[in-house]
Amino acid sequence: MGTSTVDNKKTENKLMVDGREVSFSDEKNLLEVIRKAGIEVPTFCYRPDLTTYGACRMCVVEIDGRGIQTSCTIKPEPGMKVQVNTEKTRKIRKMTVELLLASHDRDCTVCAKSENCDLQDLSKKLGVRDVRFESRKTNLPIDDSNPSIIRDPNKCILCGACVRACREIQGAGCLSFVNRGSEAQVMPAYGKDLREVDCTYCGQCTSVCPTGALRIKSDIDRVWEQLIDKKKKVVVQIAPAVRIATGEAFGLPYGENTLGLITAALRRIGFDAIFDTCFTADLTIMEEATEFIERFKSGENLPLFTSCCPAWVRFLEQRYPDFLKNLSSCKSPQQMFGSVAKKVLIEEFNLNRSNEEQIKKEDIVIVSIMPCTAKKTECRREEFQSEGSRDVDFVLTTQELIRMINEAGIDFRHIEPEHLDSPFGIFSGAGVIFGSSGGVAEAALRTAYEKITGKKIEKVAITEARGLHTVKELTINIEGHDVKVAIVNTLSEAAALLERIKKGEADYHMVEVMACPGGCLGGAGQPPSYKDREIKERRMKGLYDADVHNPIHKSHDNPEIIRLYEKWLEKPNSRTAHELLHTHYKNRKRILGEIISLASAEEGEVVTDVQVCVGTSCYAKGSYNTIDALTKLIKDNGLENRVNIKATFCMEQCSKGPSLVIDGEAFTEATSKKMEQIFRDKILSKYAAKS
Amino acid sequence: MIADTKNNEDKIFEKHRKFCKVNEIVKKYNYEKPNLIAILQAVQEEYRYLPEEIMTYIAMIMEISPASVYGVATFYSQFSLDPKGKYEVKVCDGTACHVRGSMPVYNAIKKKLKLTDGKFTTDDLQFSVETVRCVGACALAPVVLINEKVYSKVTPEAVTMIIDQLLERSGEGE
Repeated sequence: MGTSTVDNKKTENKLMVDGREVSFSDEKNLLEVIRKAGIEVPTFCYRPDLTTYGACRMCVVEIDGRGIQTSCTIKPEPGMKVQVNTEKTRKIRKMTVELLLASHDRDCTVCAKSENCDLQDLSKKLGVRDVRFESRKTNLPIDDSNPSIIRDPNKCILCGACVRACREIQGAGCLSFVNRGSEAQVMPAYGKDLREVDCTYCGQCTSVCPTGALRIKSDIDRVWEQLIDKKKKVVVQIAPAVRIATGEAFGLPYGENTLGLITAALRRIGFDAIFDTCFTADLTIMEEATEFIERFKSGENLPLFTSCCPAWVRFLEQRYPDFLKNLSSCKSPQQMFGSVAKKVLIEEFNLNRSNEEQIKKEDIVIVSIMPCTAKKTECRREEFQSEGSRDVDFVLTTQELIRMINEAGIDFRHIEPEHLDSPFGIFSGAGVIFGSSGGVAEAALRTAYEKITGKKIEKVAITEARGLHTVKELTINIEGHDVKVAIVNTLSEAAALLERIKKGEADYHMVEVMACPGGCLGGAGQPPSYKDREIKERRMKGLYDADVHNPIHKSHDNPEIIRLYEKWLEKPNSRTAHELLHTHYKNRKRILGEIISLASAEEGEVVTDVQVCVGTSCYAKGSYNTIDALTKLIKDNGLENRVNIKATFCMEQCSKGPSLVIDGEAFTEATSKKMEQIFRDKILSKYAAKS
Repeated sequence: MIADTKNNEDKIFEKHRKFCKVNEIVKKYNYEKPNLIAILQAVQEEYRYLPEEIMTYIAMIMEISPASVYGVATFYSQFSLDPKGKYEVKVCDGTACHVRGSMPVYNAIKKKLKLTDGKFTTDDLQFSVETVRCVGACALAPVVLINEKVYSKVTPEAVTMIIDQLLERSGEGE
């Protein structure tokens, strides 16, 4: 009996908000309780999925006996008497906004975040009509160094949401508060550009930024240029997650599938052919499932890591290069579309055209519409370019698509939906669910199961793979073999999983990783979805519903895919398929421009230059001992003033560390033991010959 | 002669010695993140400032982001990101020293050492100059500290003579 009263008590707690009783149970702070009561307390720095920071002072309330407090940092207690709107709290909020505006670059009318800006929104809501303080005059430099993200410190209000998102969601910590007081700024290490540090361009910082301080770099104008050019044939592909997030910007319900409306809008904007990235998602499955079956049978390079997410790929290249061999060699669906379109599509276009009408390769322009900021950088990778042209020329995010529709003056809600073009407009439900965390694994398992067993899979929906959890695990039995699969979203979870695999605590066969929370549906190119978990849930439902309504559920049943292989690619993993659809990866430096000088030769001597890598991977493999051994050898042989020794960060040879370079010649696996041999052959011999 | 070679060798491997010291320091503090400030203090003792590449190295071996280390290093005024001279000159510019003429003293030092705007350390790394807030010796204002030695009631002329003496001493080679 006693225990049951305790259980009941848990939900019985009550407190007073503005004189009305509000019940609460496990809300993590007072702010959540007040919001539950239907009062939208304003905030800049509060993000439900991130740690509470309490910096912006917008959520202040008056609590009886405790005075003014920030509600986001207060635990709700039974019997608390809380006043949200008092003369004091209103004054504080207004003053806060006014002070923020005074140190904010107020070119709001031309700002990319205009109308989606929390600062603009709250100053309007709170009726701030005048800024009594002098504006800050210094113009801080803008970081425009990469294709995905712009960092404009003049618009930063120091809420720290980006710092927390980068550290907590992605485990990267590329951004930090620097300096203090009136000098404080948010920036990467040493004030470097994002391009020079280990940013994966996932863009989650732009997604949580309440102002235009971190924003997506726009390619809209360059796409308009292509559309206006009559010579150009502009082809567009629409990624799975775009269709379930575009409608919300036009007042349609969250998660509504608006593919038909998007197609109609794109046609009116002037695109010549409109296709679906889901088609090449199916193609990815054909290749990746085949790759998986081969690896599963041979037991080599398991677990297989999916390679669709460019932020994940970059993350591995920079932080866990030892795992690059596990990454699927398949290009992402976006890049598969680009390479297939520029090789195959152009020939299909030209089939029934006279000589004069033939479309030239240089006149075909591939645009993709993606939920993702990292895709803008992905399409610029060297491997995805040939003869000076990119396989995918321009990437627009969902947000940019919405702006383009608005720019063109299209009444999105009221146009008639239209069909995609042929041949890359036919896709399976397996292709559509790529937009959700777990979708790629589910689609791959559907095909792998049928390919291995030759039997129809009984239950197409693999529900264990679904949902917004950051880590999901499932085991599927295929012909007596247990296939273990892990599905992870966010890079901090991915890092934790990699550490477990390293320690031998996990033995998966397949691992799907998406960098953004919930997968692509929560991508940074989408309209921001951090405020309410329900937005992501509805988008997810939208994608799985699209699978249900699609008559084809498996990639290998897509008739256009079958035709593509018959006519052009032979079979999955064939030579042609490999050339067109697969790629390779490389180690990448985490930070540019750093060298530690350890010893300098004197001028006038015959000098030997030695560089030893002390990057994460080489350090772990003992490069510090290599330096020690080398220094000792130099001392013992009296070559002190003839050798320059430098420690560098990453020579992009991580899998074979420790690495070193002597006079331009690279050596790998240079452990302290091997150092003596290398020293004798390459350094000592040089001087022995001279004397 | 033997001592000479030893000296020479020490000079050549001075940077390597410091680098080994960094490794020792981080190890001594157990690679623990809450010890970052203590680690940076100890490293600054060695280098007399915090070189960028050393901060990156510390970040890497402690498994924290370089941005976080840089954030901490720029937050506290005790850390310097610019090389400090062999002689660290600190001119007190607290209220008492300020009204008693610390700025003319500061300007005289900068002029004497030919340090133009935005430069605080001489090219030969002999002298670095900075202003500090109240050192707690207001009765002796204006006060100048050179490597923790306190000079009281300093005038522009006096400080020029002090620097001359120090220059002479370094010229003699220790």
